[in-house]
Amino acid sequence: MAIFLTEQSRVVVQGMTGSEGTKHTSRMLAAGTNIVGGVTPGKGGQSVDFAKRSIPVYGSCADAVKSTSADVSVIFVPPRFTKGAVIEAVDAGIPLVVVITEGVPVHDTAAFFAAAQASGTTRIIGPNCPGIISPGRANAGIIPADIAGPGRIGLVSKSGTLTYQMMYELRDFGFSTAIGIGGDPIIGTTHIDALQAFQDDPDTDAIVMIGEIGGDAEERAAAFIKENVTKPVVGYVAGFTAPEGKTMGHAGAIVSGSSGTAAAKQEALEAAGVRVGKTPTETATMMRHALALAV
Amino acid sequence: MDLMEYQAKELFARYGVPVTLGRVIEDPADAELAAAELGGRVVVKAQVKTGGRGKAGGVKLATSPEDAVGKAFEILGMDIKGHTVHRVLLALAADIAEEYYFSYLIDRAQRSYLCIASTEGGVEIEEVAHTNPDAIAKIPIDPAVGVDEAKAAEIVAAVGFPAGAEDVVRRLYDVFISEDASLVEVNPLVKLADGSLEALDGKVTLDENASYRHADHAGFEDKAAADPLEAAAQEKGLNYVKLDGSVGIIGNGAGLVMSTLDVVAYAGEPYGVKPANFLDIGGGASAEVMANGLGIILGDTQVRSVFVNVFGGITACDAVSNGIVQALALLGDQADKPLVVRLDGNNVDEGRRILAQANHPLVTVVDTMDGAAARAAQLAAQN
Repeated sequence: MAIFLTEQSRVVVQGMTGSEGTKHTSRMLAAGTNIVGGVTPGKGGQSVDFAKRSIPVYGSCADAVKSTSADVSVIFVPPRFTKGAVIEAVDAGIPLVVVITEGVPVHDTAAFFAAAQASGTTRIIGPNCPGIISPGRANAGIIPADIAGPGRIGLVSKSGTLTYQMMYELRDFGFSTAIGIGGDPIIGTTHIDALQAFQDDPDTDAIVMIGEIGGDAEERAAAFIKENVTKPVVGYVAGFTAPEGKTMGHAGAIVSGSSGTAAAKQEALEAAGVRVGKTPTETATMMRHALALAV
Repeated sequence: MDLMEYQAKELFARYGVPVTLGRVIEDPADAELAAAELGGRVVVKAQVKTGGRGKAGGVKLATSPEDAVGKAFEILGMDIKGHTVHRVLLALAADIAEEYYFSYLIDRAQRSYLCIASTEGGVEIEEVAHTNPDAIAKIPIDPAVGVDEAKAAEIVAAVGFPAGAEDVVRRLYDVFISEDASLVEVNPLVKLADGSLEALDGKVTLDENASYRHADHAGFEDKAAADPLEAAAQEKGLNYVKLDGSVGIIGNGAGLVMSTLDVVAYAGEPYGVKPANFLDIGGGASAEVMANGLGIILGDTQVRSVFVNVFGGITACDAVSNGIVQALALLGDQADKPLVVRLDGNNVDEGRRILAQANHPLVTVVDTMDGAAARAAQLAAQN
């Protein structure tokens, strides 16, 4: 098992004919992902040739689903078209939509998240995220598949490069699934959603959770862990040195007044029994200890 | 991007939210004419992007045009929580009967919108939350529905606003949505003696991700208040935040760069050394981007050493190394501080080989992030 994405997943790529879409489709295929089609309005009926296969392009998500029974969409379209692309995927009934695009206006995200909630069927990951990988099974997004192989650690992170860093630190153990949820103010899948799924996944033994300044998602995740997660969780929080009122790269990474600080998040996590590392490396070391104790 | 009060009010006015625009001046000498033209008692208000201006002495009542000059002179140049006052707003003093609080914001937890409002306005809402939490109404708003007639009526009833407030409530929602604001706050929203409502103050945060559909938003930028290095970085399209330490930081990915700052601060504790900046060069690390980034960082006179921390995900480490080597060649003598480089990930061996072969006297390669941070902090302390 793995969470949200497995070797059974049938993946379409919205924006596959664009340069980023083509590049990453090629990488996802190389990682073993079952890519069944691309979606680009106006280009239905065409196809794109990759190393081993030719992938058909559909003019809409509805056509793609009808022809391929796709159940995952990865979105690489530019910000101004993202809202429309997500809503199209939701309307086509695709259960998992991974939004890689960075720079989506927050009102657009609010609108497509509301549409997904109303549909009752679609889970969104992102936007502004690296996606999700279940090593050895499938890769939906831009996480490099060669950092770490399959294993029994689950990873959930707001940051892309910290996801890569942590996978690299723990590459000798490997991962059931690693999921980058993104650092925007509104995101489709939260730490809590991933924690719940990892808790329920028989192939995940322990969980690394990476947070950063802004909002109170980590505090809420801490409360959730205390009540619901019995597997070992180690944490890392970035942004202790971030000044108040400055956006640190991610649109949601901002300390406002006294809220959203890294210190408050660390405190909340530790109060819930989660060990929090001072550096990514120390966090990885804590995970090693946790796994040694768990076995 | 946060707007100043007068800018927020300009936006409000476009949507028919009742405001008094007044005059904005930068020179106290202009206060007399401005006050005389407004014709009456005026309030002189510091225009800075921070709360608590009143408490800090940044809002004063002037009884005459001459007095307005004196008050403007006192306020201009003042420091309010680290923000220098470059301009003041002069507005006719309102005849206030009651003061309310009103806001629309992004509710991260519910991944939706929230209206927070109270009939106890004019003070900081956090204070009301502490002293009289029951006086605050929180009304969730479904983005798919917005604030229609029914929702406006619900808000007015929940807060206890006077009848007729629905119109202002709906117009402020128009501002929130149509201008791509992530925050619209009015404190105070006042009921005047004649019973009408007016936004006496305004705080608006605009979503920079939406700037492509608001050409006019660029005009709100406060170039005078911007840090010169931040302004230079912005012109080059770099994601840079100036801090006050001595270790310059370049990394890829917002999370990794934030983490790098923390690791440097941690490693620098024994020496009293801190990070000098946040700089995320993102996915591409071309020679040009690297040279621009290094150029900005070396232009910071506080910088004593530079830490380049890259995890090659999509970006290959050899490209990053070539970027560093070419950037140093481009910068020539301008590059005069030691560089500690840590590379990992995609094609790391080739990346390290390129740096070893270039053998630049300023460059030290350290294999681990923690080790490299310690080295950079040490170098900053020594130089």
